[in-house]
Amino acid sequence: MSEFFAMGGYGAFVWPCVGLSFAMLALLIFTARRRLQGVHRRIRRLNAAPDGGAWELRVSPAGEPGT
Amino acid sequence: MRLPNWLHKLASPPHFYRISSRLEPWMLGGGLAAIAAGTFGGLLLAPPDYQQGDAFRIIYFHVPAAYLAMQLYALMAIGSAIGLVWRIKLAYAIAAAAAPVGLAFTGLALATGMLWGKPMWGAYWSWGDARLTSVLVMFFLYLGYMLLHASLEERSTADRAAGILAVVGVVNLPIIKFSVEWWSSLHQGPTISRLAAPAITWDMLWPLLVMIVGAVLFSLSVTLTRARAEVLLRERGARWVRDAVMVRA
Repeated sequence: MSEFFAMGGYGAFVWPCVGLSFAMLALLIFTARRRLQGVHRRIRRLNAAPDGGAWELRVSPAGEPGT
Repeated sequence: MRLPNWLHKLASPPHFYRISSRLEPWMLGGGLAAIAAGTFGGLLLAPPDYQQGDAFRIIYFHVPAAYLAMQLYALMAIGSAIGLVWRIKLAYAIAAAAAPVGLAFTGLALATGMLWGKPMWGAYWSWGDARLTSVLVMFFLYLGYMLLHASLEERSTADRAAGILAVVGVVNLPIIKFSVEWWSSLHQGPTISRLAAPAITWDMLWPLLVMIVGAVLFSLSVTLTRARAEVLLRERGARWVRDAVMVRA
């Protein structure tokens, strides 16, 4: 077992690669979900605003959202 | 030039939103399963390399990261080009979604490459090495795209300006790919190629292929999640967006 973790003397290089890779995957999942939820929340808030988020949600005759 | 009809249907934002939210969990699950299998195979089952010993196992993390870094750049540039030519907002949304994912994979490719370079070359980094430098340039192209995009208030202007940067930066892709052939580089040549037989045995090869498939599925799923956010933002005044956002409270 300790032989496996030693990685033939290269453990100090191999394991950080493994750790970094999985940390990156977790970070990518987390940030993507947070972004989507943030956008959901923002659009919900605009729709719930008293003026219906008129300016931010304004849609031009061509169907293009404002800004 | 006009786009074919089926592409137009696919490019309709509500259609894309529906399809991608259905596909995405499968891609994420499949991707993570493949990455788990590839990690197990690469760290435990593959034999050590006769020259590099166990250090070669870094290949299972470095090569998929580097491959995805370039593929996602291509996706970002193609999305931007389609947006610029046909003014398809969905294409811009996908480009903007691919950028942070590509940046992450480029950073991972650089970091794992450095950790591989230290024991094999005796140095973490070498300025003037064409492969290393051209990948670093790609890192900054991603970063430049994201900063430019974030700094422009009006989204359509941001999409266009950052899109032009992404398209121009495409010249860097062949430079990265052929850098190890055009210039003398510390970096080893390709281990697998579409045209030639692989340079490693099957025991070492299959975990790498599984890992690459996993990384592709994973990055597509994360890019789709981000693309859905980008599409909602660009279409926020549309009725279907209100419905989609209200349903998923």
